[in-house]
Formats: sequence, C-alpha cells, structure tokens
Amino acid sequence: MIEIRFHGRGGQGAVVASRIIAEAAFREGKDVQAFPYFGVERRGAPVTAFTKIDDRHIRNKSMIYEPDHVIVLEASLIQAVDVTQGLKKDGMVLVNTESDPDEIRRQLDFDNVAVVNATKIALDNQLGSKVQPIVNTGITGAFARASGLISIESVEAAIMNIVPRYPEKNAKAARDAYEAVMLPGGG
Amino acid sequence: MVKDIMTGNKATAYGAMLARAQVVAAYPITPQTTIVERIADLIAEGKMKAKYIMVESEHSAMAATIAASNTGARAFTATSSHGLALMHEVLMWAAGARTPAVLVNVNRAMAPPWSVYADHQDAMAQRDTGVMQFWAENNQEILDSVIIAYKVAENKDILLPAMINQDAFYLSHTSEPVDIPDQELVDQYLPPFETEVKLDVDNPKGFGSFIMPPQYMEFRGHMARSMDKAREVIRKADREWEELTGRSYGGLMDMYRCEDAEFILFGAGTMMSTAKDVVDELRKEGRKVGIARLRVFRPFPVDEVRYLADRVHAIGVLDRTYTFGYGGPLFNEMNSQMYNHGKRPPTKNYIIGVGGRDVRPKHIRGIFDDLEKVSKEGYGEEGEIHWWGLLDGKTPEEEL
Repeated sequence: MIEIRFHGRGGQGAVVASRIIAEAAFREGKDVQAFPYFGVERRGAPVTAFTKIDDRHIRNKSMIYEPDHVIVLEASLIQAVDVTQGLKKDGMVLVNTESDPDEIRRQLDFDNVAVVNATKIALDNQLGSKVQPIVNTGITGAFARASGLISIESVEAAIMNIVPRYPEKNAKAARDAYEAVMLPGGG
Repeated sequence: MVKDIMTGNKATAYGAMLARAQVVAAYPITPQTTIVERIADLIAEGKMKAKYIMVESEHSAMAATIAASNTGARAFTATSSHGLALMHEVLMWAAGARTPAVLVNVNRAMAPPWSVYADHQDAMAQRDTGVMQFWAENNQEILDSVIIAYKVAENKDILLPAMINQDAFYLSHTSEPVDIPDQELVDQYLPPFETEVKLDVDNPKGFGSFIMPPQYMEFRGHMARSMDKAREVIRKADREWEELTGRSYGGLMDMYRCEDAEFILFGAGTMMSTAKDVVDELRKEGRKVGIARLRVFRPFPVDEVRYLADRVHAIGVLDRTYTFGYGGPLFNEMNSQMYNHGKRPPTKNYIIGVGGRDVRPKHIRGIFDDLEKVSKEGYGEEGEIHWWGLLDGKTPEEEL
C-alpha cells in the first residue's frame, strides 16, 4: 500500500488534492481511500489530508502514520508543522515553493525532496489571486511526475471530473507543474 | 452499474435516491450535514423526486418522517449523536406505529466533553426503541444497506423502522470506490411501498390512539414477534441482494475466516474492517483467528453468536462505547445470548476507539494476544473488562 499525506492550510484544497490523486489511481485500476484529518477545519490553519493506494481492496480504516510521500501545498508550513513526521526513510517530499530545492532539503534535513512553483503556475493559468492562488490542482500534476505512481493523463481526467470551476485551466496547471517539477537529484 | 469514488455521506444520499425515497426530513448536524446537503442537490438537479422538508430539530425530523410514512410514502432522514438522542422519544413512536421508515445515523460521541468523532454510544442507547439497526464497515455497505433496509422494513410481516449506522469521518468523510447499482436493478429488488393501513383523507384512520391494558400488551407482543421474524427476512433480503449485485453482508453477522477459528473478535463498524487485515497477517503466522463483525444489532444475531460459541476457544468483544454500570453493550449482549446455551467459551471485553481514538492494526494484534493469554491463564487481576490503551495520566507513547 502507498500512503500519501498532504499538508495545506484551510481553504487551500488539500482535501480536494487528496481526492484527485485517489481518483487518478482509481482510474488506473487501483483501490483507493482519500480522507481529511479528522479535525475541525478553519480557514488559514494547517490542515492535513491523506490518500491510500493499493492493488488490493483496502480494508484498513486507520489513519496514516508512516507515509510514503508527503505533499506540502505551501512552504511556510514547514515552519509550522513537522511535515516529515513518520515519513519513510525512502519516502519523498514534494513542496510548492519558489525556493531552491537545496534550501528546502536543508530546512527539512531530508534529501529526497522535489519542488515546484505551483503558485506561479496557478497565477499563469488565472487560477485564484496572488493572495490566494489555487495550487491544489497543479501540485497533483507535479506529484504524478515526481512519484511515478500515476500518469499525468489520469490526473488530468480526475481533475476534469472532480473540479467544479475551470476544470480545463486546472488540468492545464497540472500539466504545467508536471513539466516544471524539479525532481530529487535534479532533473 | 457505475463505479465512483464517494464519501459515506454521498453513498447515503445515493442510497436514498436509488431507493426512491419520496419524503426526506432534514436537520443538519456534524458529521451528517453533507448527507442532507447532497440530497438537496440531488432533488434540485432533478435526479431525485422527493419532498424535502426542512425542520427545526431532529425530534421534528423523525416526527415528519413518521407522518410521511404513515401516509404511505417512503420516508427517509439522517442524523448523528445528539440529534439521535433528541429523536429517542420519536424513534419509539416510529416503531410502535409500525412505521417502515429508514434513517442513517453517523455514529458520533455524546458530549460532554464535546466531540464530533466516531463512537457508538448514540446508537447503542437506542437499543430498546424497536428500531432495527444495521451497521456498515464501508461506503458500499451504507449505500446497499439503505436499499436493503427498506426491503426489510416494508415487509408486511415486519413493518418496523430501520437505522443504518456509519462511523463518523471513517466513513462519513472518507472517499472510496462505490458501485452505484442501476436504478432498474434497485427497482426490481425494491418495488414501490404499498400499505393498506395509511392516513387517507377519503378513508380516515388513526395511528397511535389510546388503548386499554388488555390490548396494549398484545401490540407489544406482536412487535416483538415481528422483530424476531426480521432475522429471517434480513437473511433473505441479503441473499436476494447478492443474487442481483454479487454483494452479501452475511445477513446478521459478517463472519470472516471464522470456520476453523479458535479465537475471534466480535464488534461493529470500521474497526472490524481494519481487524480483517490483522486476521490475514496472523493467519500467515499460523494462528487460527477470525472476525465476527456485527452487521445487525437489532434484531440481535442470536443464532450466529451461538454458532460461534460452539466452535471457538475464546471471544474478544470490542465495544466502541460503554454501558456505564457494567461492560460494553455488545459484551453484555453476547454473554447473555450464550448463558442459556450449551457452550460458553470465555469472553473478554475490550473498550476501544471511544470518541474517535484511532483503532490501529497493532491494537487488534495486541488484543488477539491478550485474548489467547486469557484463554490459557484466566483473567488475572484486571478482570474481564479492559479499557484498551487508557492512559490514566501517563504520557502517550504515540500520537492518539
């Protein structure tokens, strides 16, 4: 089973991102679960969401403690939340940031880090505003490439099905982020 | 048939839609709210043809549901926790008036302390109302159970309300794949509700009139008989659903690898789904273990419990709540069903997951280990009731 944890802020759409990844994997024949951290959500406060992906039927209903991958929708969360908590040693962290990946690696004290400037990609695609860019769709495209778990086509199809407003622009953002993501080890 | 990824609350709404519920009484409460929101959407989109009644409380929601059902309509409502507690009086009325309405309860802890998380006290406290109780372990089972519950409730030999229980957040807010059965298939399984006894302005009748002692007991006796008869009706409804969809929930009890099991855990809801994974792991290690997941709490699966009693070395009973006084409700029920029966293997009560504490595979493994120890060495000082993981002021070793 592959377990993914999402860190975002209330209103950023971490839960929707968890559902996009789940649906993309489901389209490739996997069984999936997507769920928010069972908390009371407030706009701007740190929120967590999860996705489980497996070849077999997923019966385990417990939360995720040792994720294979972590997705961070906003780099400032690194200061607020221990985003690598429980992360498997061979796991991967994907961060939305304009910073150099080495800077993030240093901050996290973790090497296997991919970065993408999903904020810029969102604004380039007229998604949201400078104050509140819509980054949750773009980052799923970056995850498709960085993880190799799901195809960008499945992510695009999932976005077209799930995202109610401007699905095409959101799918384009995912494709742009797929192209732009800087992978661990460069590339 | 279409497969889609949906939350338990969406599966609930789709179940009501596919069952062609004609009247829905709605009063929101966390974590049920998105059920009534989704039903409102389905009606607004023209996908569901139902009268949507917004009411001022859960008490009124159930009262409106009963009234609608008494006119011969298929009626539906949903609630959670304190909302269900407020319905308590009207649940008794629904059962006494032989109302085949269906409600979905999102299992949530009772306050204080205030909580919105998974806990079974809300539903277990409705044990004696005369409402049938189904329990789901995944979103597919919720959707299917709404349809199956109407089939059972509307059976002329039964005519009792039914409640489907689904764990807060673990199902209500978790998205997973669900088969959406074709409407034609559901229509074939569940024909329109028809009853001769109904409120009709052209043929006036009354429900719930005053009655003298000689008659009252007759009514209650008949109600008890219907509830007993529901066991066979539920098993049959489950088999018929399996013929159409390939999905069975085991009738009243979902037995997983119990055939040759020496140690089994009995309990309800999502934690038993997690426990099945642990059974597979332990089986690989050569341990004969199984899961008896409660599918129907009312009527109680007496035959299934006695079947297990005849075969196993020990039974661990998982309760996600407590009967303040003594033991968890499932523990007490299981023990009492075995008392007048031939074999009585040792049982131990594990109180776990109360108020949404996560039930993890390692907890289930620990409980199986403990149960085997009990069967060999007896209860020890701790006794037969164990609050699993209770900290009692200690610092937790892990995130709870």
